[in-house]
Amino acid sequence: MSIPSLAAVPTLRPGYRMQWEPVQDCHVLLYPEGMVKLNGSAAEVLQRVDGRRSVNEIIAELQACFPSASGLDEDVMAFIGEAHEQHWIRFR
Amino acid sequence: MSNTGSVSADSQVRSEQGPPLWLLAELTYRCPLQCPYCSNPLEFAEHKQELSTAQWIDVFSQARALGAAQLGFSGGEPLVRDDLAELIGAAREMGYYTNLITSGMGLNQSRIDKFLEAGLDHIQISFQSSDSEVNNMLAGSRKAFDQKLAMARAVKAAGYPMVLNFVTHRHNIDQIEKIIELCLALEADFVELATCQYYGWAHLNRAGLLPTKAQLDHAEAVTNRYRAQLAEQGHPCKLILVTPDYYEERPKGCMNGWGNIFLTITPDGTALPCHSARQLPVTFPSVSEYSLSHIWYDSFGFNRYRGDDWMQEPCRSCPEKHQDFGGCRCQAYMLTGDATQADPVCSKSPHHHQILSARAEAELPQPPIEELTFRNERTSRIICKV
Repeated sequence: MSIPSLAAVPTLRPGYRMQWEPVQDCHVLLYPEGMVKLNGSAAEVLQRVDGRRSVNEIIAELQACFPSASGLDEDVMAFIGEAHEQHWIRFR
Repeated sequence: MSNTGSVSADSQVRSEQGPPLWLLAELTYRCPLQCPYCSNPLEFAEHKQELSTAQWIDVFSQARALGAAQLGFSGGEPLVRDDLAELIGAAREMGYYTNLITSGMGLNQSRIDKFLEAGLDHIQISFQSSDSEVNNMLAGSRKAFDQKLAMARAVKAAGYPMVLNFVTHRHNIDQIEKIIELCLALEADFVELATCQYYGWAHLNRAGLLPTKAQLDHAEAVTNRYRAQLAEQGHPCKLILVTPDYYEERPKGCMNGWGNIFLTITPDGTALPCHSARQLPVTFPSVSEYSLSHIWYDSFGFNRYRGDDWMQEPCRSCPEKHQDFGGCRCQAYMLTGDATQADPVCSKSPHHHQILSARAEAELPQPPIEELTFRNERTSRIICKV
């Protein structure tokens, strides 16, 4: 898997949308004829993928929200790398 | 046929049964094309009634409340509905991801812009072939190919994500390389290389459509070669190859299970667990008589093949019954006359020989495209009378 650079600014691919689904009780990522259920941590990361925040800023914000989480930066990098590989996001 | 079960059975299903996640709105059976593999019912000409704008919006609202998040506008050709932009706008407002599934016939720049304004999320255009002559012959229209190309370019230029869908069969599957090249040139985000599934008009024309095993193997090899190239380039285009289940030894887990996540509403408001279920000897409820909640959770039709109580041998004792649900109920019915049989695609089915003979038939010369039965009203009315 590719590891994104800390300065990279991820943005959702056009036509991809994340939203909260009350009936499924989770966030989902919607795209042409498809839907992925997101777990809590994936949703926390993707909510901050807005084409403005860099990977570094996303990690710093999450670290502030979840100070007791260990290895958070590696998890976030791995998820963003995976999301990029799936072409859910691209880097600006 | 009864539409209600016992109260205890209903509540048991409700607690186990998840919500519908996908809503397919077949807005109309009207279509300017005549594709001989259309999935609409053969007797579509008998069903002329169409739900009104307000009725459709009410259906969307009820399905959204139940949990549906994906909405496909389909048909027929959904563009023949003049209220399409209004329907898209209403659905998008409710939070649906809105998909327009179209042949591109009847699309123009002004409508593309209107749909974008209404919030349409994605457009899928179907092609019949990469070659204009075959395309036009199959679509039964001389202008079709150029119109589709122009519209695919306009859809991308407007910024939509685009899926290009090529229905493949023995007459065009050997052009798969040209098809993929065309899709890449048109900057498709997803390419569906979907071999015909043999329902509706495609079942009627099966012998003239089913590719040979060698043709399929070739298509698979070419697709895999392109997939490897695209992955190497980090190219975002995804190639989806759908092969006909006639060459499988185990049936597909049709619709992810009967009445499990898919809900289709036909032009006249009949609710179905899949778009070909109308042909089954089961009474399906209409949205003009029942709430969608009742239809999804409690109706006889939607509960008919849920779970495994309805299964016969060899499915009943099969360790794979919860993976493939015994395959497709419509295919079992079409090929055996009994929808509770195993899908004959399964090599354990006593009717599997029908699949084997269809494969053998594919190895023989078959009539040219011109001799297929094209989907149009006149033919539909003749078929109904027989």
